[in-house]
Amino acid sequence: MAYFDHNATTPVAPDVLAAMLPALTEACGNPSSIHRDGQRARQMVETARRQLAVRLGCSPKEIVFTSGGTEANNLALSLPARHVVTSAIEHPAVAQTLGRRDAITVVAPNRDGLITPELLRAAMRPETDLVSVMHANNEFGTVQPLAALAAVAHEFGALFHSDGVQAPGRMAVDVAALGVDLYSVSGHKMYGPKGVGALYVRKGVELAPQLFGGRHESGRRAGTENVPGIVALGAAAARPLTDTAELRDRLEAGILAAVPEAVVQGAGAPRLPNTANIRFAGLEGEALVIALDLRGFSVSSGAACSSGAVEPSPALLALGLTKTEAKSCIRFSLGESNTLDEVEALIAAVSAAVAHLRKLSPTYV
Amino acid sequence: MSNGLIAVAMSGGVDSSAVAALLKREGRNIVGMTMQLWNQRRLPELAAESASGRCCSIDDVYDARYVSQYLGIPYYVVNFEDQFEQHVVRPFVDDYLQGRTPIPCTLCNNFIKFETFLEMAAGIGAEKIATGHYARVSYDEASGRYQLRRAVDGTKDQTYFLLGLTQAQLAKTLFPLGEMLKTETRELAREAGLPVAEKQDSQEICFVPNGDYAAFIAAYAREQGIAVPEGGGEIVTQTGQVVGRHAGFHNYTVGQRRGLGVAAAEPLYVIATEPAANRVKVGGPEDLLTTRMTVRDMNWISIAEPAEPIRAQVRIRNRHVPAPATLRVVEGRVEVDFDQPQRAVTPGQGAAVYDGDLVLGGGWIA
Repeated sequence: MAYFDHNATTPVAPDVLAAMLPALTEACGNPSSIHRDGQRARQMVETARRQLAVRLGCSPKEIVFTSGGTEANNLALSLPARHVVTSAIEHPAVAQTLGRRDAITVVAPNRDGLITPELLRAAMRPETDLVSVMHANNEFGTVQPLAALAAVAHEFGALFHSDGVQAPGRMAVDVAALGVDLYSVSGHKMYGPKGVGALYVRKGVELAPQLFGGRHESGRRAGTENVPGIVALGAAAARPLTDTAELRDRLEAGILAAVPEAVVQGAGAPRLPNTANIRFAGLEGEALVIALDLRGFSVSSGAACSSGAVEPSPALLALGLTKTEAKSCIRFSLGESNTLDEVEALIAAVSAAVAHLRKLSPTYV
Repeated sequence: MSNGLIAVAMSGGVDSSAVAALLKREGRNIVGMTMQLWNQRRLPELAAESASGRCCSIDDVYDARYVSQYLGIPYYVVNFEDQFEQHVVRPFVDDYLQGRTPIPCTLCNNFIKFETFLEMAAGIGAEKIATGHYARVSYDEASGRYQLRRAVDGTKDQTYFLLGLTQAQLAKTLFPLGEMLKTETRELAREAGLPVAEKQDSQEICFVPNGDYAAFIAAYAREQGIAVPEGGGEIVTQTGQVVGRHAGFHNYTVGQRRGLGVAAAEPLYVIATEPAANRVKVGGPEDLLTTRMTVRDMNWISIAEPAEPIRAQVRIRNRHVPAPATLRVVEGRVEVDFDQPQRAVTPGQGAAVYDGDLVLGGGWIA
């Protein structure tokens, strides 16, 4: 089996697991306890906070640990706001959270999948208090010009949040340089475990807590800290980045050379170095995902609905694709364990599977 | 891939789960698949009643996935909602509003289970599909045709709904339950330890909650902006005498006796709905009897289209006992002369033609 679905989740890196284990075994204390067992756990949590702060270019006090990216997004987007602006390519964790508001403007990206400062500016209103635009798109990997977008938001006096879940495991992130006010992070997209994440909250921004109870996380998020998860997130943040651009470029070039009528989505924009979203004209992405799985390759297509079936992705539709086109897109997302041999084998498998499917397709001529 | 892969259509019910268990026990290379056909949240006004036990409910998908994991086979949910709406739901509603009584299960078999699903299965590298239908398929060397036979369990036989299957479809289809009694299927499920062994059988039309067609059609028509015929037409007798008012002809089915709201000395039945005139025609039980009918879009299965008249038995409803008749092919249609008059021959319903157990073919009552 070769795994090419790292934007869905990354495996826990062995060194991250090694760092996490003592927090599950030896360090049994509650970080809020007075005794030394508690102190030990507290120390581990704070070490992790410093590690993540270094990774994001912020102060440790600006980090709030959460149960994951979804909670971080929910926490950030619960801020009171008279009017909110967001993009049409957000993950459901942002889109659904903001979708409950009345005063919201959704900005469609350009054909390359980018929200330009001009597009954002056109959507801003004097009463806009909050802007949320993702850093890197989970489906086609386009990286948004966050610094310029945050500047536009600040011009209007609005806070700027970014769902950064896909970025820190794949590229350098400096929240201070980007000028964002709030930034969501997930452990399991950067070789950490599932069930832990964090929200960067720029000093001076007052959160609206969503969980009530003890005074954990400086009163911003109640609940005993997930010490093993937090330790692992810190360890993951301290790891060096692996550049997968070369493998990704080989994958794209190999597929485009072997398969007629294959188009890379978002190719005109800066992209994550690990993501390739390719549209194969005339076939159902769902069938290709299953065919590749049965040949030993994990890839993905569209957005899973509650039953597990695939629905056309709203983000791909926002790129201007038709429903049929959106359903013929496949996402390949690489990670640090992928090898050139795996990439070559995947190219061959995709080529064979696409040819087989197109031969059967009544619509592909 | 020539690995004999079989795609099992799994609904989460006991029958298709038993099929997967049976093939797995035989050591076949199988993959489980569930078709997502209809979004149960789509017409919220219908959703008040229990959403489980209906097609594509989250519970059924959960069960199918659970069984697959229990058997240790790969499992996928495939989304055919668009195709299902286009080929089954929409024609069902259109037919209904035109005063016909459609059978969506046959459309679903023709266009979804044995076409879209078969294509999907071939696409992922499967050589055959298997379903939990009670029917038997075999290859006849002499005629070079795949033949369809009634299930051994006569009470569960589903060949009536399979009347549209083509030779190409039958060539790629397995019905492992065709030789089994339903009680044996349950026993097999129990023995295999399947978590769905005691699950109730599903109800008639999967996407219509509680069998309430009228409510479904009203809700769907509202969502789609389809014009529903006005109520308040006349109910007339064979001689044209007005005996009452109806509340929309599409709410009446040939053979229906109850709910007419007409007081009469003798029991009255719907004998026809006339959309053009916005009328419902009623009559006595004798008026429901017909000895002749025409079948359109005839699909010959176990035999080639006969040049000469043939003797056969024809089933005009799922629970109807096939009635002896003489069939003649006339300009692509089949003229059926029953030996005995048949009750409530209903345009739009399927007609399945049998020679004993053998399914000769089927079509639609014109």
